[in-house]
Amino acid sequence: MKLTEDEVRYVADLANLKLTGAELARMRDDLGEILTHMDKLNELDTTGVEPMAQVLYDAPETATLRDDVERPGLGSETATANAPLRGAGFFKVPKVIER
Amino acid sequence: MSAEISKLTVGRVRAGLAAREFSAAELAAEALRFAEAENPKTNAYLLFASERALAGARRVDEKIARGEDPGPLAGVPVAVKDVISTAGVRTTCGSRLLANYIPPYDATAVARIEAAGGVIVGKTNCDEFAMGSSNENSAFGPVRNPLAPDRVPGGSSGGSAAATAQGTAVVALGSDTGGSIRQPASFCGVVGVTPTYGRVSRYGLVAFASSLDHIGPFARNVHDAALLLRVIAGRDAADATSAFAPVPEYPALLDGNVRGIRVGLPKEYLEGLESETGDLIRRGVKTLEKLGCKVREISLPHTEYAIGAYYIIATAEASSNLARYDGVRYTCRSPHSETLGDMYRNTRGEAFGAECKRRIMLGTYVLSAGYYDAYYLKAQRVRHLIARDFANAFEEVDAVVTPVSPFPAFKLGEKVDDPLAMYLSDIYTITGSLAGIPCMSVPCGRTRAGLPVGMQILTGHFNEAGMFRLAAAFEQAGGPEA
Repeated sequence: MKLTEDEVRYVADLANLKLTGAELARMRDDLGEILTHMDKLNELDTTGVEPMAQVLYDAPETATLRDDVERPGLGSETATANAPLRGAGFFKVPKVIER
Repeated sequence: MSAEISKLTVGRVRAGLAAREFSAAELAAEALRFAEAENPKTNAYLLFASERALAGARRVDEKIARGEDPGPLAGVPVAVKDVISTAGVRTTCGSRLLANYIPPYDATAVARIEAAGGVIVGKTNCDEFAMGSSNENSAFGPVRNPLAPDRVPGGSSGGSAAATAQGTAVVALGSDTGGSIRQPASFCGVVGVTPTYGRVSRYGLVAFASSLDHIGPFARNVHDAALLLRVIAGRDAADATSAFAPVPEYPALLDGNVRGIRVGLPKEYLEGLESETGDLIRRGVKTLEKLGCKVREISLPHTEYAIGAYYIIATAEASSNLARYDGVRYTCRSPHSETLGDMYRNTRGEAFGAECKRRIMLGTYVLSAGYYDAYYLKAQRVRHLIARDFANAFEEVDAVVTPVSPFPAFKLGEKVDDPLAMYLSDIYTITGSLAGIPCMSVPCGRTRAGLPVGMQILTGHFNEAGMFRLAAAFEQAGGPEA
């Protein structure tokens, strides 16, 4: 599977990742090589095989639900303590809408 | 006591405390001194949690003074991989993004260690967000292998493996998604355990690939690894995927008797492995035969598809999990951005390391419109086939034995420019991860150059006891046959 730089740019945009020109070129080559290896999976006929999303065990349907007991949250002071920019208990971000 | 501190075991700590040979606080202070002095040789630790360690040790001493049971890990110095959250103690995940992140809560495994009297001495270096097989992807510099400083300790839990081998902690916590505990354990000559998926709560483990992530122990002997797993395992309401299965008293089950145990050797793993590693594993199998195990060849026919399936599933889950590092809530933020969208892209582009970017890109690609079925769903179907291979094998044998890695510790920088080669080196550890079964690395001799080799033991879901019993018997027999 060969990728073009435009395809790499498209995926980087989906991933919210800014890549430099050198990174784009390197990424195109690396992804191409790795995806070529992954194409090996097409040798296998998986008709009728269920996708395995998770390692599952037998447990009653609601067993994984904890009791609905009230408990304190972190509070906004603690929850925002690691933010690069905050104020009045909120996270601050650059403007969302262009004016 | 500094002469022996690097060789302490859980049992030796217990005996020393019981005989009033040392207090937990004295031991913690000495352990911290030793670890800080040794650290420049390996860069295994990113942070020493001195205050927390000394406070914990004092609590143990107080319990002892009051005549209370101080717990099965009382006073034991423990190192914790830096992808595992520690309240009030910086947790970087080996990433520039989280260089200043201080978690507001403890991982369940950490809380259980401290409740059992364990003393957390520090946070260990690792590949960024646990993505790597060499520990060279840490934003805070690579870790050096304590047995060969020009070589890697393995990854991604390289710091925890190196700390255990160096003796700067008695036991350590690591995390394993595709081999990140077992491979560094094998490279550093220590015991490393990946329990059954769900056996240990993932609460507080910073997520890489949620359907594959595990927390597990490192130790210098099988007994101590089994004891640490006993402490951290078991259902936790804070992790819905943690298992309800009762946790046996693993350390009590290591009776050394493995006569009649059926051991399978997958032909796909050992065929063509004409190397010192292959020879040592074959000699290790001879030891198991001498101990009375019934060894036979088995087949795990879908092995060759495991790397492809793993790197699709793991990167897909990673691309989703790593979306949270957005420069808003807990990461650093790129200073030069006018709009929110630019801020996301610049922060992530500037702060993620090359391997994380590669995996985010791969994961985003295989999940993107038009490729989801061809890659992601296909990989999940192949995962089912690989899990079924093991289920079939465990109809015929009690345990499967394989190498951990095709080769021993390699030189720093040797593979860093070839990501596919690095991925392919995970071949022996990835299959067990995909199946979600317990697997571990136990030391299996050294190469002529003195580099450790690990033997992997895998058993059926929740049969850690059988895995530990086989590993302990192998360890007591002295490893591979001459």
